[in-house]
Amino acid sequence: MAVTEEVAGQRPAADERLARVNPLRRLMVRPEMGAVSGSIVVWVFFAIFAGDRGFLSARGTANYLQVAAELGILAVAVALLMIGGEFDLSVGSVLGACGMIIVVLSVEYGWNIWAAIAASLLFAIAVGIINGYIVLTTGLPSFIVTLAMLFIVRGATIGLTRQITGRTQLGGLGNVPGYETAKAVFASRLKIAGAEFSISILWWLAIAALATWILLRTPFGNWITGVGGNVQAARNIGVPVIRVKILLFIGTAVSGWLVATIQAVTFTNSDVLRGNFREFYAIVAAVIGGTLLTGGYGSAIGAVFGALIFGMVQQGIVFMGVDADWFQAVLGAMLLAAVLINRFVRNRAMEVRR
Amino acid sequence: MSATTNGTPLVELRNVSKYFGNVIALKDVSMSVYAGEVMCLLGDNGAGKSTLIKIISGVHSPDEGELLVEGKPTRFNSPRDALNAGIATVYQDLAIVPLMSISRNFFLGSEPTRGWGPFKRFDVATADRITREELAKMGIHVRDTAQAVGTLSGGERQSVAIARAVYFGAKVLILDEPTAALGVKEAGVVLRYIAQARARGLGVVFITHNVHHAYPIGDRFTLLNRGRSYGTFRKSEVTREEVVAMMAGGEELDELSHELEEFARTDRLAAEKLKEAGREFHAEAQVVHHTSDQPR
Repeated sequence: MAVTEEVAGQRPAADERLARVNPLRRLMVRPEMGAVSGSIVVWVFFAIFAGDRGFLSARGTANYLQVAAELGILAVAVALLMIGGEFDLSVGSVLGACGMIIVVLSVEYGWNIWAAIAASLLFAIAVGIINGYIVLTTGLPSFIVTLAMLFIVRGATIGLTRQITGRTQLGGLGNVPGYETAKAVFASRLKIAGAEFSISILWWLAIAALATWILLRTPFGNWITGVGGNVQAARNIGVPVIRVKILLFIGTAVSGWLVATIQAVTFTNSDVLRGNFREFYAIVAAVIGGTLLTGGYGSAIGAVFGALIFGMVQQGIVFMGVDADWFQAVLGAMLLAAVLINRFVRNRAMEVRR
Repeated sequence: MSATTNGTPLVELRNVSKYFGNVIALKDVSMSVYAGEVMCLLGDNGAGKSTLIKIISGVHSPDEGELLVEGKPTRFNSPRDALNAGIATVYQDLAIVPLMSISRNFFLGSEPTRGWGPFKRFDVATADRITREELAKMGIHVRDTAQAVGTLSGGERQSVAIARAVYFGAKVLILDEPTAALGVKEAGVVLRYIAQARARGLGVVFITHNVHHAYPIGDRFTLLNRGRSYGTFRKSEVTREEVVAMMAGGEELDELSHELEEFARTDRLAAEKLKEAGREFHAEAQVVHHTSDQPR
């Protein structure tokens, strides 16, 4: 792992009682361990059963990495929010709305695509602030507040789009002013080993690295874990709880915006239903990545691997020749297995080491 | 060791009252704490101890009376204000984040940083080192500052919270029932840290309803009962038994211990009776068994 909590060798004159903590065990209690080993297991499984059908090819890899990237961007932001002790179910609907805002503004109203992208970013930030503000001022569970927001945003997206354009799908983004530069940033492809890798993979890794840095190496990261682990203690000690949580809600909404932009620019169109169920998949990826539903524990790297597992399974069963209908059943089973493993890991982490 | 009760108290409450609707939580209560003393706030459940410390720690403001910090009348609008004035409160179980590491807990909200601008980062190495040093000063030698606080014993957790308050420049330390949930040995450990804090010149307000914890360490005792104060006594002025008696629990405790003895006695009797009944029943069952075996 690139970033670990302990910097080996820097500990002064080690306590003789410390020596007995097995390094393997230390690794075991890291939140992302389950997802990292799970990724290896899933990869080996598909390498064996679908390796000769293209899973191992560069194209196959580019294929599942793109799926993983588009979910992973959401999952990393959602993981941070969940570590901070809240949920956001409105991510998928923000994704749909942002995509529609970009296409409607640039295609119907002739805006430069960058202006449309900026406008949709402002919309996402606003949704994040509203979510956070309602949750924190009322003390209502974020699960309910953002569930309401999911329906409000999705419904308004469908209603407004139909009112303005008379349709629910809108294309033609490829011909609007500024498209080429936007394409370079959000939808270019990098040719490696004969296959085209989507630039979204870079976005995904950059965001994961940023999130990991924030979580492990900044005061703000410490506050995220603090407000998620024991909000009362954090507040008593002077952590600005409201600011931390509202920023996390903005983070998830903005992650929805980024994926919306990538997809709208890539496909040069938008659909009011885009992003449906993505909020749940993002939570699944975060949980598979070792983030606790109760908050205060988890990792961004874990969410990366959670999304990777998601991508490999979704594409892998297609390569295997199994009907894609089975994907959800497999996903559910993996989620269940992940929470069982996480429970075990957490108990180990909390165990008094004598 | 002995309290220097001359000079200005670090914190003083003068004739403070607090009402919640028509409930009188505190009525006309005064107390003070000086540097280098342990001031015990004693009272049974519902005596008003929590309300009193919430006034000192900035959670509530008094409806009547005055709060003075180092002689100056003060009004706190938030716990942060009290903290800035050097008044740190260690709440019974609300002071730590169990799943976070010891050093991250220690510096939560006041993280040391390194670097500049966007590269400003949480200085983990420094945090670990200071945490280790500060805990060592309190006599706790942690195995690993990266281990979760939840893995520590109750006494050690309290001690981490106390060490943190001391490190961040607290002049007054308010400890809300720090020994309530602890075993005998662990409570002893925490009492020792309280003594350490006093030795370092802090004023300690120690809230408890356990006289056996308060009496050995306290320099002065303020007794609360049903929202009113019985007054403040120096240790030389009262015996442990008198303190117990004043704490509204006095006679009741005596009564209770009699009752418990009575319970034990009747229990023993009952147990013997039960045994006897069992024997009889067994014998009877044998008879029934034999008779029912016989053909009708």
